[in-house]
Amino acid sequence: MTTPGAFRVASWSLTAYRRFWRLNLLSSLVQPMLYLLGLGVGVGSLVDRNVGSGDVLGSVSYVAFVAPGLLITTAMALGAGESMWPVMGGLTWQRGYHGIAATELEARDIVLGHATWMAVRCGIAAAAVALALACFGETRSWGLIPGVLVAILVGLSFAMPIMAFSIGVKLDGAFAGVQRFLIIPLFLFGGAFYPLTQLPTLVQWIAKFFPLWHGVVVARDFSLGTVDWPGVAGHLAYISVWIAAGIWVATVRLRGKLYP
Amino acid sequence: MRVWRRNYSGRATRRKYYRPSMTEPLIVAENLRKRFGEFTAVDGIDVQVQKGEAFGFLGPNGAGKSSTMRMIACVSPVTSGHLRVFGLDPATHGAAIRRRIGVVPQLDTLDVELSVQENLWLYGRFFDLPRAEAKRRAAELLEFAQLTERAKSVVETLSGGMKRRLSIARSLINEPELLLLDEPTTGLDPQARHVLWDRLYRLKQQGVTLVLTTHYMDEAEQLCDRLVVMDQGKIVAEGSPRSLIEQYATREVLELRFAADGNEAAFPKLEGIGDRQELLPDRVLVYADDGEHALAEAHRRGLEPESALVRRASLEDVFLLLTGRSLVD
Ligand SMILES: Nc1ncnc2c1ncn2[C@@H]1O[C@H](COP(=O)(O)OP(=O)(O)OP(=O)(O)O)[C@@H](O)[C@H]1O
Ligand SMILES: [Mg+2]
Repeated sequence: MTTPGAFRVASWSLTAYRRFWRLNLLSSLVQPMLYLLGLGVGVGSLVDRNVGSGDVLGSVSYVAFVAPGLLITTAMALGAGESMWPVMGGLTWQRGYHGIAATELEARDIVLGHATWMAVRCGIAAAAVALALACFGETRSWGLIPGVLVAILVGLSFAMPIMAFSIGVKLDGAFAGVQRFLIIPLFLFGGAFYPLTQLPTLVQWIAKFFPLWHGVVVARDFSLGTVDWPGVAGHLAYISVWIAAGIWVATVRLRGKLYP
Repeated sequence: MRVWRRNYSGRATRRKYYRPSMTEPLIVAENLRKRFGEFTAVDGIDVQVQKGEAFGFLGPNGAGKSSTMRMIACVSPVTSGHLRVFGLDPATHGAAIRRRIGVVPQLDTLDVELSVQENLWLYGRFFDLPRAEAKRRAAELLEFAQLTERAKSVVETLSGGMKRRLSIARSLINEPELLLLDEPTTGLDPQARHVLWDRLYRLKQQGVTLVLTTHYMDEAEQLCDRLVVMDQGKIVAEGSPRSLIEQYATREVLELRFAADGNEAAFPKLEGIGDRQELLPDRVLVYADDGEHALAEAHRRGLEPESALVRRASLEDVFLLLTGRSLVD
């Protein structure tokens, strides 16, 4: 019986991760706590006192509204970040991908291995956030468990297309651009911290184009217990299209790079 | 041609399943070409490597050695021509071929953030070796590469030569039948090179077929049973090191160095001495079967070199005579 190539590649990342997992996990726990305190106590007290906010937020406290947003944006940031420099390094600096390509494995195994590893990492980070959220009465909910799974999908929906992008990047300055012009704007305007309806229509459409908002909506449905199943299926399908397209393009581009 | 068994098998099973016929070479290339856009890196070469042989590609920078090696290693598609490795077509059986070969690329692909032994274990995992087997082989290979004391060191902290030895050790983790080494000893000190030559010789004794590229003449002479000299994508000569020297060079070479700028002035005066003369930036070479005799003749003509050296002809000379250029820049 043979181990799937993707798992063999992922075990390489796992070995590297074992060197810094403690610190990594700690920050995954502490960061959402800080957000919760800052947004919940600060912004939340302002928002919740505002007459009419309940209509916009769907009759829940601000902290409860924001919690799933934290879960999903954490996965987005991780999936995106880990698919930039590490991918470029595998091709150009350390050239680990070339090492793998010289074995019986090939580009597809590397891409699927990266996806496997990103699923694990996003799962760990989202679980840590969920754990932090479960510490507070207002954000505690069984819906956090499916929320972690949604976070994994959203993480992948950023990781795989960004991997495809990173494979062709010549200068790593491009990554700062992705962070500044894609990830941070989505973080701020992607519907994680307030409903999209607060934004101009054009911005809403742009936000809806990217998978983040779809994930936030589904995760929020789960944690607030207002699940609309056909809607959930539609959102998840849309997110999956991003993942599949990312995997496909990344494989084709990586093949071109590894086997010139 | 038998299709290779998909799952990993050790040496013993290999013998049972794979019986190479004496007539079928391990590598066959006919009119092999590699083009990058408009540029032709490998321009129609014919090569055959027999099982158990040590075969060398020799040539200057940009000759197309690495491009050829990468096609054989199935990490670079053939542009045109015919290529078979173990009788299989790299275009359709790339993974099956790569499973049976070891590759030491020109540039290391080690994970410098991991330890020496982790690099070996993980590479074994890529070939789907069971964990215990990967560890067993890694321990053996660390001995082989004399890196046992550094097993737990992070690769980043190794010297260049140690990294190279680790790359070579790693390429052996799948017990390859064919080992491809692209400039294996570049950057190694002389002692480390000799150790490596010894290791490669042992592998050859065990029946591993070696294919290597090198800039070093002494390396080619030491290691290769047969070699080709490449220049600008073409093969310009082929044979054993000895036969090439006999065919293209004289028995001895007289090296003359003249004081500042004197080389060019002296060169015309050497006309007619020995078989042939070559002017290099730093010295003048006279190819003659009797170097001492040639030197005496030069002195008789009133030439006073700063230094004079008579040595045996080497592959370096073969290369120089074939291409008119020095091999090592
Ligand atoms: N991926 C590539 N894209 C474009 N050109 C390439 C590529 N790889 C190699 N070349 C070109 O092909 C030619 C042959 O390169 P190759 O690496 O095979 O030479 P080499 O004999 O190994 O030289 P060296 O001794 O410097 O390693 C060079 O001119 C090089 O610029
Ligand atoms: Mg080369």
